[in-house]
Amino acid sequence: MALLTFKGGIHPPDKKELAKNSPIIQQKPPKKVTIPIVQHIGAPCKLIVSAGQIVKKGEVIASPEGFVSAPVHSSVAGKVTAITEAVLATGRVVTAVVIENDMTEEWTSLKDNPDFMTLSADELKAKVKDAGIVGMGGAAFPTHVKLSPPKEKPIDMVIINGAECEPYLTADYRLMLEKPTEIVQGLQALMKILGVKKGFIGIENNKPEAVQKMQASVQGLSDIEVVPLEVKYPQGAEKMLIRACANREVPPRGLPMDVGVVVQNIGTTIAVYEAVRYGKPLIDRVVTITGEAIKEPKNLFVKIGTMVSELIEECGGFKAPAVKVISGGPMMGFALTSLEVPVTKGTSGIVALPEEEVMHVDKFGPCIRCGRCIEACPMGLMPFMLSILSEKGFYEDAKAYNLFDCFECGSCTYVCPSKRPIVQFVRLAKSLTKP
Amino acid sequence: METVKTPQKLLVTVSPHIKSEETTARIMWSVNLALLPATLMGVYFFGPLAALTVALSIVSAVIFEYLYQRALKKPIATNDGSAFLTGLLLGLNLPPVVPFYIPIIGSFVAVVITKQLFGGLGYNVFNPALIGRAFLLISFPKLMTVWKEPTAAFVQIDAKTTATPLGILKEEGLGKLIEVFGDTANLYTQLFVGHRAGSIGETSAIAILIGAAFLIYRGYISWHIPVSFLGSAAIIAWIFGAKGALFAGDPIIHLISGGMLIGAFFMATDYVTCPAVKTGQLIFGAGCGILTMIIRLKGGYPEGVMFAILIMNCFAPLIDRGFKTRVFGQLKAVKK
Repeated sequence: MALLTFKGGIHPPDKKELAKNSPIIQQKPPKKVTIPIVQHIGAPCKLIVSAGQIVKKGEVIASPEGFVSAPVHSSVAGKVTAITEAVLATGRVVTAVVIENDMTEEWTSLKDNPDFMTLSADELKAKVKDAGIVGMGGAAFPTHVKLSPPKEKPIDMVIINGAECEPYLTADYRLMLEKPTEIVQGLQALMKILGVKKGFIGIENNKPEAVQKMQASVQGLSDIEVVPLEVKYPQGAEKMLIRACANREVPPRGLPMDVGVVVQNIGTTIAVYEAVRYGKPLIDRVVTITGEAIKEPKNLFVKIGTMVSELIEECGGFKAPAVKVISGGPMMGFALTSLEVPVTKGTSGIVALPEEEVMHVDKFGPCIRCGRCIEACPMGLMPFMLSILSEKGFYEDAKAYNLFDCFECGSCTYVCPSKRPIVQFVRLAKSLTKP
Repeated sequence: METVKTPQKLLVTVSPHIKSEETTARIMWSVNLALLPATLMGVYFFGPLAALTVALSIVSAVIFEYLYQRALKKPIATNDGSAFLTGLLLGLNLPPVVPFYIPIIGSFVAVVITKQLFGGLGYNVFNPALIGRAFLLISFPKLMTVWKEPTAAFVQIDAKTTATPLGILKEEGLGKLIEVFGDTANLYTQLFVGHRAGSIGETSAIAILIGAAFLIYRGYISWHIPVSFLGSAAIIAWIFGAKGALFAGDPIIHLISGGMLIGAFFMATDYVTCPAVKTGQLIFGAGCGILTMIIRLKGGYPEGVMFAILIMNCFAPLIDRGFKTRVFGQLKAVKK
């Protein structure tokens, strides 16, 4: 059977072999953590601790203001030593809480409730909300908001995103191998919250072990289906994943809920499971530390607020001078200005590249209209026109070419033989005009 | 293994952080390489003067590009292979024996007027090599229609002149053409191999097809334009190709004579001057095929590929407007 997929896309070298065979290991407990109080898309949180205060692991340190927001919890037990500012991977400067780890790992409260599926949908959702869960694939959108669709948008399926289509990253892959039952139970909880009868787990076919493992875990469950997908970037983009798994197309500028679907990332699904079963807040996550410049690439289980520099040290440091260090994957991630950046809920990986792997594109050529970007665009746009119009300053005209349907996956820029910064031109046009 | 210290400086750019290996120069040089079989066959059949014509055309195209870019203080981009390609294509579309100034004038028109004055690579409306050739054909109609007989003898310089197969077909009909080549089978064979009068690089069907197969295999051109071009031409040749009877024409002769193959695979597929979207490319190719056959069957010239492609070049931007891609999710969502 032909593998399910979408139209367009690219095939960058996946480089997953660097870290895919390293089992997830617990990081060495950090001496202190720096936890930003804004880690999600939406309204900022209100700080509720002050310097000198003693906090337990899992204690709320910033509470949400507004619906589209998520609380932030302490990832260690210890003393708040400072309220400071931290630079996030995106370059944004936000308030952060520095907590000294007393190494006791003492929890606020953690109760095992194996019968969590007997809870009502609203009770389950409340647990997800209190746990501060956000999308862990990178966008960090509060999960409980996705789980609260308006009445006029009935949801009939949940899709778990196991595509992990960004090169280098292997965190979700390791989770699928090591925690398949947790993923399935997390999915069941999500399905109960949304009241849907159909669940999919979409996995790119370059991870056959993960496909097998997940398939074995859903044996006998008629409402959950594991779907092997063609290996192609951006297979893990929500719209592409929905097209591949369910053969539905989200309308332009629409949301997955417009076609009755909620998509959740693998890490998020496990966080949901842990929240509904144990009441565990989202205070740690798996981060892939990889790239050709890293001595021993690893998948580390990391406390939120750990500095990137400490994680790199734990992986043996650099084996070659790192020229570029990226938070996230190389297609959509952010290049770091410094290694003193804390891990947040949305940090999926750290990729350190040596000189040989870095593309230096100081100059770019004219568009030769070769059409490669059209073939690559998963949204069916004409990126070359967007880049030419934006380059010449015709931002308004770019709208006739569906400027605002671009979700900036960068496929066009990857394939462009003239090395044109197409997606950057798109961002420029988007910022200088209104939808 | 020594551990390297934490870097003092990090390179910061926006995503994506990786790019494919493909470059414009690699594409252009690959197309040049794909024309090598046709060039070698042309030189084999038409001798050293043909080689000289092609060489002059290439060298002058590159020099004109260099001089123009230097004069206007633009970045010198002669090593991207595009001027070389324009020169090569122009040379291959010239008759084997022409005065030395012909390829030079052609290259000037192609590179300076058609390409650079319109904004340089990527901005020209018309295929530069074809405008160069059209200019020469109109300005020097006699010189541009002296067809040397293929000799396949590398040393012979003073060869007889003859008419091209399309010329014979137009003036004297299919019967005469078959008579010249002996029989139909021999006619096909000679046309296929390239042992016939014509422009230097256009005669050998097999050599052009080898180059085209390479380009398609490497993904540098897609099938859309060649298939719709050749397909529409073949259908018209079959329907209207015979005098006095419908559906009795010989499409094969039309496909493998004149500049049909080199035009369909190497000239109409020029990225800059053809539509960028695949559906538009089908329309573009069909337009080229139909116009070629109208000129061949009803026009004043025996050959129509050049004018057909140039006319369709005008429509490429319009076709791109009319045949946009379908944006994801634009139609009503497909429900299971």
